[in-house]
Amino acid sequence: MATSRDDFIIAIRSAFLKKSYQQKFSLLTLIFLSIIIIILGNLNFKPIQYVKIGINEIVYRSSFIISIPENYLKNLGIKLDEHLSIYDQFKKNEAELKILKEKKLNNDFLILENKKLRDLINESIQSEDLYAKVLVDKDSPYLKSIILNKGSKDNVKIGMAIVDNSYLVGKVIEVNYTNSRALLLSDLNSKIPVLLEPLDIHAVASGTGKNYGVIEYTKDDYDQIIKDKEIIVYTSGYGGLFKPGLPVGKIIYDNTINDNIINFFSDFRQLDYVKIVSYDIGSGN
Amino acid sequence: MSALNQKSLIKSLLFYLPILLLYASVLNEIDFNYLEIEYFSFNFVYILIFYWTLKNPRYLNYGAIFLAGIVNDVVVGLPMGISSFCYLLICAVTAYLRNITITPHFINDWISLLFTILLINSIQVLSLDFIFSIKVNYMSYLVNSGFTFIFYPIFLYLFNILEKRIKIQKK
Repeated sequence: MATSRDDFIIAIRSAFLKKSYQQKFSLLTLIFLSIIIIILGNLNFKPIQYVKIGINEIVYRSSFIISIPENYLKNLGIKLDEHLSIYDQFKKNEAELKILKEKKLNNDFLILENKKLRDLINESIQSEDLYAKVLVDKDSPYLKSIILNKGSKDNVKIGMAIVDNSYLVGKVIEVNYTNSRALLLSDLNSKIPVLLEPLDIHAVASGTGKNYGVIEYTKDDYDQIIKDKEIIVYTSGYGGLFKPGLPVGKIIYDNTINDNIINFFSDFRQLDYVKIVSYDIGSGN
Repeated sequence: MSALNQKSLIKSLLFYLPILLLYASVLNEIDFNYLEIEYFSFNFVYILIFYWTLKNPRYLNYGAIFLAGIVNDVVVGLPMGISSFCYLLICAVTAYLRNITITPHFINDWISLLFTILLINSIQVLSLDFIFSIKVNYMSYLVNSGFTFIFYPIFLYLFNILEKRIKIQKK
């Protein structure tokens, strides 16, 4: 019994401390170094933050270059898929365009009316848009984020909204000198204040780690109300996080999970260029 | 002269191939997510580190593995040091296995891999969830561990061929 325990201790000691096979560092040293980095990183230790920014700059660019073949294959698959369904898509688009043309006339009137009303209460929304290229699109099973080629030198700040055409896709969570990382709406950690229209219900849209979102924390039990209605999810602008009225997605019923989900308007797999939006609500009062 | 140079180039390329593969995979984060299969992902890096550090750690030194972990954290967006710690734990398990094993057996290695990935994924999930308050999808981790375990024999076969090639070039 004592011998087997000794053997175990010798094996463990040898595994952790011995610098065999031309190793420059022992395993124990490197494990301790990792733990120190984790702790200092968690404590927001300044030198670690600077080292991190430096590493980010190099790694993001390298990752962009290394990912070129994978991205090429990915885009090829998407293009092939699109070519195969081109006729069905055309018919669908044709019908949709007819409806949209009708809606646009109504929309133009509402925009003008909204502008007039804002002028009446001396409120104006000024937003600045900045175009950014998606450098790395690591849709890993754990974290849904993208890396953009604009950073603090372009005045990008944490919390800014990321928009694809006019649809919200996420927000900036990390800023380096020449690049930044944005958390997508589909990430489990993403939570944004939204407005369910036309019901005018305030809620929180939360990511699921998959390609859809869910509605959380509604004051009213909306499940019964939204039956047979087309509900569009917009940003509410609560908390001053995002510009109000940015379209997020549409609520649909998913038969596989037997629940209502947010089907995001933007396809997060096909983000090439996005807009980084900052806004300011000016008030005359 | 040029033939000699070419031979030595191939020799060093083959020798450094495990390291090159490691860095290419952490920078690229191969996950096959674009295949749109919801419950499918595996961790190639775990298999790579487990195999090469178990067979012959000369091809993958611990310093390079530590750096690869840092790079992986930056690419994936995890808190810095987590992946390095996990990768080094794999190395610790393989070093222990090397010390206690006289005649390596595939089944033993395979079961050890399952134990290792379950251990490191549990550590990763718990530290992300409880220390860093980052929500993670437990099911994704479980599926990832499962597929990593299942795919090990395929990569074992491929890496065995590669190792034989390296040995032949060395001779």
